[in-house]
This record gives sequence, C-alpha cells and structure tokens, in this order.
Amino acid sequence: MSELKKYKELALGGNIEKGGTAVDFKTGDWRSSRPIYHPENCIQCLFCWVYCPDSAVILKDGKVTGFNLDHCKGCGICAHECPGKKKVKAITMEEEVK
Amino acid sequence: MQKIILAKTGNEAMALAMKQVNPDVVAAYPITPATEIVQIFSQYVADGEVKTEFVAVESEHSAMSACIGSAAAGARTMTGTSSQGLALMYEMIYIAAGLRLPIVMADVNRALSAPINIHCDHSDTMGCRDAGWIHIFSENAQEAYDSMIQAVRIAEHQDVRLPVMVTTDGFIISHGMERIDTLPDADVQSFIGKYDPMMHLLDVKKPFTVGAINLTDYYFEHRRAMVDAQNNALKVIKEVGQEFGKKFDTNYGLIEKYQLDDAEVAIVALGSTCGTSKVVIDKLRQQGVKAGLLKVRVFRPFPTEEIARALENIRTVAVLDRSDSVGGFGGPVFTEIRSALYGSAKKPQISGVVYGLGGREIDMEQIEGLFMDLKAGKVKADAVSYLGVRE
Repeated sequence: MSELKKYKELALGGNIEKGGTAVDFKTGDWRSSRPIYHPENCIQCLFCWVYCPDSAVILKDGKVTGFNLDHCKGCGICAHECPGKKKVKAITMEEEVK
Repeated sequence: MQKIILAKTGNEAMALAMKQVNPDVVAAYPITPATEIVQIFSQYVADGEVKTEFVAVESEHSAMSACIGSAAAGARTMTGTSSQGLALMYEMIYIAAGLRLPIVMADVNRALSAPINIHCDHSDTMGCRDAGWIHIFSENAQEAYDSMIQAVRIAEHQDVRLPVMVTTDGFIISHGMERIDTLPDADVQSFIGKYDPMMHLLDVKKPFTVGAINLTDYYFEHRRAMVDAQNNALKVIKEVGQEFGKKFDTNYGLIEKYQLDDAEVAIVALGSTCGTSKVVIDKLRQQGVKAGLLKVRVFRPFPTEEIARALENIRTVAVLDRSDSVGGFGGPVFTEIRSALYGSAKKPQISGVVYGLGGREIDMEQIEGLFMDLKAGKVKADAVSYLGVRE
C-alpha cells in the first residue's frame, strides 16, 4: 500500500490527468473462455480486428498474429464473425481452465 | 451604488438572479412549486436576454446528468428543482459533488411523498445533506436572490469546487411577493467574475478522464478530500458574504443571531420561520421576555463551532426542524446542534421541535407559545416534540 497517494496528492474529483488510460486497466482476468488462433485457416480478412469491442486483436504489418489476453474478455465475437478458410474457422473459443 | 427595487416572488427573484448570472448552460425539468424558476428563465432564453444553452430534458435525473456533463465540459451551469424532482436526481446529486463540479441549483423546499403533497417542508434537501453539496437556506426572496449570486462564487472557488443548492420555502417564499432590492446586471457580472473551469473536457490540448472507477484503493481518499473542501467553504462563504455586504450593503454569514446574545430562551430555525420568529421576538422583548433566535443560513458545511459558541450561554433552546428523521432522535438540525454542543463546558437545556411538515402552518401564536413554554420550563429537555400536529 505504500506507493498509493495520500488524499491531498490526488487530482480534483478523481480526475485522471491524461487520456487513453484504459490500456493500463487489465480487464482480461475475468474471462471465462479464450480465443484460439489457427493461422492455417486465416484468410486475413480482419473481420475479427474490426469487430473486437476491446481492440484485443493484435495486428503486425496489417496481419492478424494473435490476441491481447490482458484486454480480451472472451466474448467470442471474433470467432463468430470469422469466415475461416473453406468453412473451417481460424478462431475458436476454448474454456478457460486453471 | 444603485439598487433597483422590484416586487418579486421568490421564484421570480431566483430566476432574475439566474438571468443576471447568465450561465452557459441550464438543464431543468419543471416541478411544483419550482416550475416558475426555469419557466421564467426559459423565457429569458427565448427572448435572447441571456446567452444560455437551455436543455429541456425529460426528467430531473436527466437534468442533473446534463448539468454534470455540461459542468465537466467547462460550462457555468445552473438548474432548479423541488421535492420529488430532487429525489429523482439523487443518484446524480452525489456524482455532481464527487466529481467536484460547481453547479448551482435553486431548490424550492417541498415535502416528499407519500402522502403526496406540494407544500413546504425541508425533507427534500435534507435527504441530500450527506451528498457533499453546500446547502444554503433563505429566509425570504431577498436572501434567495442574494444567495443565488453568491453561490456562483462559492461553488467556483478553487478551495471549494463543490455544487451549491440555494433553497426557499415552497409557496411561503416561492410564491409570496416581496419588495426586493436587485442589482444592475453589470454589478452581478463583476461580482461573480469570469469563470475559470480549471480543468475542462473541451480543452483538447489537455485530455483527462472524468468519472474513473475508484475501488478500495482510492474511493475513501476522494471522499476525504471533500471534507476539506466543505471545511474550506466555511471560510469562503463568509468571505463572499462579507464582500457582498461591502459592495451591496447586506452582509451574509453562516448563521444570523437575532437578539440572541443576552437571550434566556431561544429557538433555532431555518428558512421563512426565522422571519415569523423575529416578529414574535420583537413583541416578547417589549414585554420583557429575553427571547432570541439563531438562524442557520448554511446547513452544509455545518457551522458547528459558531453555533456552539452562539448557544452555550443560553438557558433554554428549542431547535425547530421542518423535517423529521423518522425513527431517529429528532430532526437533522436538532441532532447536529445537540452534537455540536456536546463539547461545550456550558450548554443550554435543549429540545427538538418538529413542525410544519407538508406545509402545516406555523403562526406567530404558536411560536410565542413555544417561547412561553420554554420560559416556564414546560418543554422537556433532551426530548423531541411535535408542534402543530393533532395528537
């Protein structure tokens, strides 16, 4: 707890004095299922990247390479939208097992 | 200094103050008996007499929500409501204060349902007493007008930054016509000054986040900071009230003492009942009864020390509450004042008197009777009684 600020050190009204801070807030830890990427079935249509509500699909040089599991909530929209190759999905959902 | 004497009801006076403040945004929804405030104000908007963006919303919850958005965007923001309307705002009332947004609200005090009622008691704003808002009561339309102007300075003060509600007693003040001294527009404008929103969302060069989540790690610290802001407001309200007096001849403080310093018996009251009490006190003083009044103008922040000092030498005090904390030990004013006096070496015999719920008339005879009962020791100390109810 020692690194936490005292009340007089805080910005007024709980304001965070910069933008874009949601990236620091890891929302992926309550996911109940995770997307699994099968690159052999991927046609790089980027539908998953467009539809992902949490911007958790990672692109490299314009191509899907995987998922940011710190922010993926496991909603499965990517897998649902994925057209796959010859009707075989490039994204499937797998239950989180500890 | 030029003053303009006008005949105004409390609602008209508050609407005029809002016009002269000329806020950037007003978002409001009508409700009896406060409807006229924003109705008259919307006419000023329609006639081009103010530059205000008037947001006609679909409920009071939306009214306060729009005010919060507007204030966070950096706009000087005002609204008005009453009773059930304030109750519907309740969720947003806490948010306005927690986000430290200097919104100014006119509230016409009215009883809460059920049974449904449109008349005066203080239950509505007392229900918000813990929200973090500054809470100023008015004895008459003049005070309502003056306090609405001062409220802008208080709310926006950098050591305070809290929303302020200024209240009048429903119908008694809101619809009663009085002679009031009003100020020229330019004087109001120079008194309130230009608004510096400090941080605001329309400042694209400095993006920031409003309303972020605070869990067990920071929520407590932010609420603690509000306590400091309320304590700072004790000083700021007095400074603003004194500056108002210097410029416009009427001083304002946290409390007002009327024939109190040498009083043997005294009552404590808020709002319009103070005016009635003063007339009774004048009469009793002529008869040799040492009666006095402590008027609490500012209920939040609660002027604990000033009140304790003002009352500690009085023999017998009755605290009048125009609202009841049903199931509690008396109304909110009684509870706080009795607590304020606990640390005093000398303290008066004190009792709580709940009166006037749902607009039940309180007249001079009743107040005189209360004073005489206090004098004769007929009011039981450390107990709560109900004045004017059929028991």
